[in-house]
Amino acid sequence: MSKIHVTTQVNGDAVEFLCAPDETLLDVLRDRLNLTGAKEGCGTGDCGACSVTIDGRLVASCLVLGAEVEGSAIETVEGIGTADALHPLQRHLLEHAALQCGICTPGIVVAAKALLLQNPDPSEEETRYWLAGNLCRCTGYDKIIRAVLSAASELRGENA
Amino acid sequence: MARVVIFGSLRAFTGGVEMMEIEAATTRELLKKLTARYPALFDTIESGVSLAIDGEVFKDAWFTPIGPESEVVIMPLMVGG
Amino acid sequence: MKQDFKILGTRPIRPDGLDKVTGKAMFGADKSVTGMLHARILRSPHAHAEIVSINTAKAEALAGVKAVITGDDFADVENSATRYTMQNCMAQGRALYDGHAVAAVAAVSKAVAAEALKLIEVEYKTLPHVTDVDEAMLPGAPVLHEGVKARTLGDDVSGNTVGYYSFGHGDLETGFSEADEVIERTFKTAAVHQGYIEPHACLADLGGDGRGELWCSTQGHYMVREVCSEILHIDASQLRVTASEIGGGFGGKTTVFIEPVALKLSQKAGKPVKLVMSRDEVFRASGPTMSSSIDIKIGMTKAGKITGAHAKLRYQGGAFPYEMVMMGAMSAFAAYDLEHVQAEGWDVMTNRPKMISYRAPGAPMAVYAVESVVDELCQKLGLDPIDTRLLNAAREGTKSSYGPTFKAIGLVEALEAAKAHPHYSAPLAPNTGRGISCGFWFNFGGQVSVSMAINADGTVSLIEGNPDIGGSRASISMMAAEALGIEFDRVRTIVGDTASVGFSDVTDGSRVTFAVGIATIKAANAAIKEMCKRAAKIWDIDAEAVEWVDGAAQPTGHNAGDFPPMSLAEIAATSGKTGGPIAGHHEGAPDKAGVSFGVHMVDVEVDPETGFTSIKRYTAFQDVGKAIHPAYVEGQIQGGAAQGIGWALNEEYIYGEDGRLQNPGFLDYRIPVASDLPMIEAVIIEVPNPGHPFGVRGCGETSIVPPLAAVANGVAHAIGVRMFALPMSPPKILKVL
Repeated sequence: MSKIHVTTQVNGDAVEFLCAPDETLLDVLRDRLNLTGAKEGCGTGDCGACSVTIDGRLVASCLVLGAEVEGSAIETVEGIGTADALHPLQRHLLEHAALQCGICTPGIVVAAKALLLQNPDPSEEETRYWLAGNLCRCTGYDKIIRAVLSAASELRGENA
Repeated sequence: MARVVIFGSLRAFTGGVEMMEIEAATTRELLKKLTARYPALFDTIESGVSLAIDGEVFKDAWFTPIGPESEVVIMPLMVGG
Repeated sequence: MKQDFKILGTRPIRPDGLDKVTGKAMFGADKSVTGMLHARILRSPHAHAEIVSINTAKAEALAGVKAVITGDDFADVENSATRYTMQNCMAQGRALYDGHAVAAVAAVSKAVAAEALKLIEVEYKTLPHVTDVDEAMLPGAPVLHEGVKARTLGDDVSGNTVGYYSFGHGDLETGFSEADEVIERTFKTAAVHQGYIEPHACLADLGGDGRGELWCSTQGHYMVREVCSEILHIDASQLRVTASEIGGGFGGKTTVFIEPVALKLSQKAGKPVKLVMSRDEVFRASGPTMSSSIDIKIGMTKAGKITGAHAKLRYQGGAFPYEMVMMGAMSAFAAYDLEHVQAEGWDVMTNRPKMISYRAPGAPMAVYAVESVVDELCQKLGLDPIDTRLLNAAREGTKSSYGPTFKAIGLVEALEAAKAHPHYSAPLAPNTGRGISCGFWFNFGGQVSVSMAINADGTVSLIEGNPDIGGSRASISMMAAEALGIEFDRVRTIVGDTASVGFSDVTDGSRVTFAVGIATIKAANAAIKEMCKRAAKIWDIDAEAVEWVDGAAQPTGHNAGDFPPMSLAEIAATSGKTGGPIAGHHEGAPDKAGVSFGVHMVDVEVDPETGFTSIKRYTAFQDVGKAIHPAYVEGQIQGGAAQGIGWALNEEYIYGEDGRLQNPGFLDYRIPVASDLPMIEAVIIEVPNPGHPFGVRGCGETSIVPPLAAVANGVAHAIGVRMFALPMSPPKILKVL
C-alpha cells in the first residue's frame, strides 16, 4: 500500500509525514510524531482520551484519518502549557486534585480548552454536557467540573 | 489458652466443631496444632488463611503473637481490588 | 497515637500531576523502542469449543511476520492457579469463552499483524455452553473443568460449583420466629467491567539467554514478574518488570492477560514486542466482575430490630476456578450487630471471561441485596431508614457476622452524620425518591518494601514498590515528610522496578496508603536513628542522648549537652565525612488494617415517560480513619460512588443465546459520563484506626459498596415499585411502571 505525503502544522510547528491511507490521525501522532499525550481508550470515538483540535475544532483523533489533515493546524495536549507556564486549566486541574490515574486528563485539557474558547462562561450543566464525550472512570467528574469552572472564572479575570 | 473459632464452611472439616481451645504462642503454632487435630483442614490452611486475632485481621503471618486470652477466628484468605 | 500533624490533612499538589496535565506521563502504550514489533491476538468467536487444529503456516509466510504462537508454545506449569492464568492468556485445547485468546502474531507493523491474524486457520468443534449462574449450577450443565468442584458439595449442584462458604452465628429459626415481619427476596445483578480507560498494554523484550525486560500497565509489577517467570520458566531475577503509569485498574490489573503472550512472542522473534489490547478485547477477554443471583431473608420487629438474617449468594466468575463469593458472604451483613445470622456463598464457573477483582470485590452485590430488603422492611413497618440502621449498627465490641469482634469503627458516626446532614431533611420533588445504604470493606495490609535515601542537599529520595493508581506518591511523600519533620517538596517518591526495591504485594485492597505508609514511617525512623547517631558523633555525646524533634536532632536535655538543634539538611551535608550515605529502609507485612464503613444518600428522579433515572443529589459519608490528603480521599469516595451508580443504572454484560458478548464497547456498555451526574458531596469521617501510627484506614473500596442499594432504594421510592435486578436501565424501569 503506497503512503500518502501530508504537510500540516502541529502545535505551531510545520510537520510532514507519510501515512497509510487507512491510518488514523491518532496513530500518526503517537507512532510517527512521538506525541503520545493523546491516548487510545477505545478507538471508536466514545471515550475522548484522544481529543485534539483541528483548526480549532474538537475531534476524536481516532476517528480522523492522517491523510485528512493536509494543510490544517492541529493542537494536542503537548501544545497547551509547559511545566513552568501551565495553562490555567492545567493548573486548576492540579489544584483541585481533579485527576487520579490521569489517563483521561490530556483529553479533558484539550476538550475543556475548546469549550472555553467557544463559551468563556459556561454553566455547570453546559460544562457537563460538553465533557460528556470524555470518559473518566476515577473521579466521578466532580473535581474536574469544579476545576474547569474555576479556570474559566480565572480566564475571565474574575479571581485574579 | 486461646479460643479458636472456625468459620462456617470450614466446620465441614472439623466434624462440625465451631469452637475449641488451643495452647499456642504464635499463629504458626496454632495452625500446626489445628491441622494435627483436624487433618482435613490441611489443604485449606496450606493454601492460605486469614486470622482475626482479637478483632484484628492478619494474613498468613506465622509469627504473630497470640495472647493466652485471645480469640482467634480462622477465615479464608482475603483479597481486594 | 499522633494527633497534631503539620503535613497530614493538607492538600499539596501531587508530584506526578504536572506530567499528567501536560501529556508527558508514560502509560503502558506510550513506550516504544528501536526494532520493536507489534503484536495482535486472535480470539475465539465461540463461547465454548474444542480447538481441533490451528494452522499458522500462511500467517508465518506473510512478509513482515516474525513470530506466531498458540497454546502449544506454552509448557505446563506446576501451580494450578498459574496454569489457569496461563490458559486464560492463551487457550490450550479448548476455547472457553467468546474472546478467549487462541493464537498471537508479532510483525513489523500493526497492519501486518492484523493481516496475519486473518491467515491463521482454526478449526473449532463447538461445545454446549452456559453463561447464567443459576443454569451453570444445575446438575447436567456443561462443566468447564472436571475435578474442581468444592469438596463439601453434593450432587444437587453441578461441577461448575467450585467454592462454598458459610459465615454467621446464632440460630436462624429462632431469629425469624422473633420477628414481626419477615421479607424474603431474590435479586440478580449483571456482570460489570472495571472500565479503566487505559487498555492493557505492555512492551516485552526477552532474550534467548532468559534475561528479560518488561514494561507494562499493572497494579503489581512483582505479581507480573512472579507469574510471568513461572509461565516462561525463567528465573525471577532475570525478568525486570517496570510498571508504567497506570490508566486505571480498580482491581482489573491485579492479574496478567497479555504479558506472557508478549514475552513468548519476543522470545520466539528475538525482538522487543509491543502488545496493546483494543477496547473490544478489554471487554471480551479481561476480567469483569462477577454477576450474581442472590436470596435474602431478613426478619425485623415492629421497633426495627433485626432478629434474623440469611443470605444465599450465587456468583458467576467465568471460565476458570476462582474464589470470591466469600468476600460477598463476609460483607453482606457486616454493618449490623446480629444475634442470628448466616451468609452462604457459591462460586460458579461459566463460559465467560475469568473474573478478576473489581473494587471491594464481591461486596457491592451482596450489600445491594441486603440493603434493599432492609429498606423494604423499613417501608413496610413505617420506620426511619437511618434510625433503623442506627438501632442495628455494628460498633466497637460487636461480634461481626463474619467472625471477628470489631475494634473502633465509624459506622454509627457515619449514620449520625448522614442524619444530621441537610440533605436528609431537604424536600423532594415529584417523581423523586431518596435512597440510603450502608457499605463496608475490610481493607488490607500485606507485603511491602520502602527504601529512603537522605541526599547530601537535605532532600529525600524514596523508592516504593507499589504502582501509584490514584495519587499515592503524594500521600507517601506526605507521610515521609511528616515523619522526618521536613517540607513536603523535599521528598520525591518514585515507584521502583522489580530490581530496585524489595517485593511488594499488588496495589489492591485499599492497602497502599496504609501499608506503604507504615513502611515509610518505619524507614524514616531508621534514617532518623542514623541521623541522631551522626549528630551524637559530631557533638561527642551518647547516641541515646539525642532525640529527633521537628526535623532536627537535639540533645534530650541540658544534662545530655548544650547544643543547638542540628537539622536534617545539616546532618545530610556532612554525611560523607561522618560515616557515608544515610538511608533508611523497611520491609515488612503490616496487618491491622482497620475496616471502613460508609453511608450513601441519593435523590433520584425517574422520568415516567422514558424510564430514565437521573441522579439529582448525592452525599457520601465515610470513615477513613485519618485522611492523609483529603482531596484525594474525597476523590476516592466520589469515584467509587460514580462507579456504583453506573452498576445500578446502566452497566451490564449482555450475552446472546449464542454465548457471545453483545456490547463490547463504550457505546453500548455505558459508564457514567459527566452529564449523568451531579456534584458528589464527600463527607470525611475520621475514627482513627488503632492499628496505624497515624490512624489511617484504607479508603478506596468502601465507596463502591453503598451506591447500588442507595440508588435502587431511591428508585423504589420514586416510582412506588421495587425492582429486584440490576441494572435498572430505562427499558427495565418502563416495563414495571
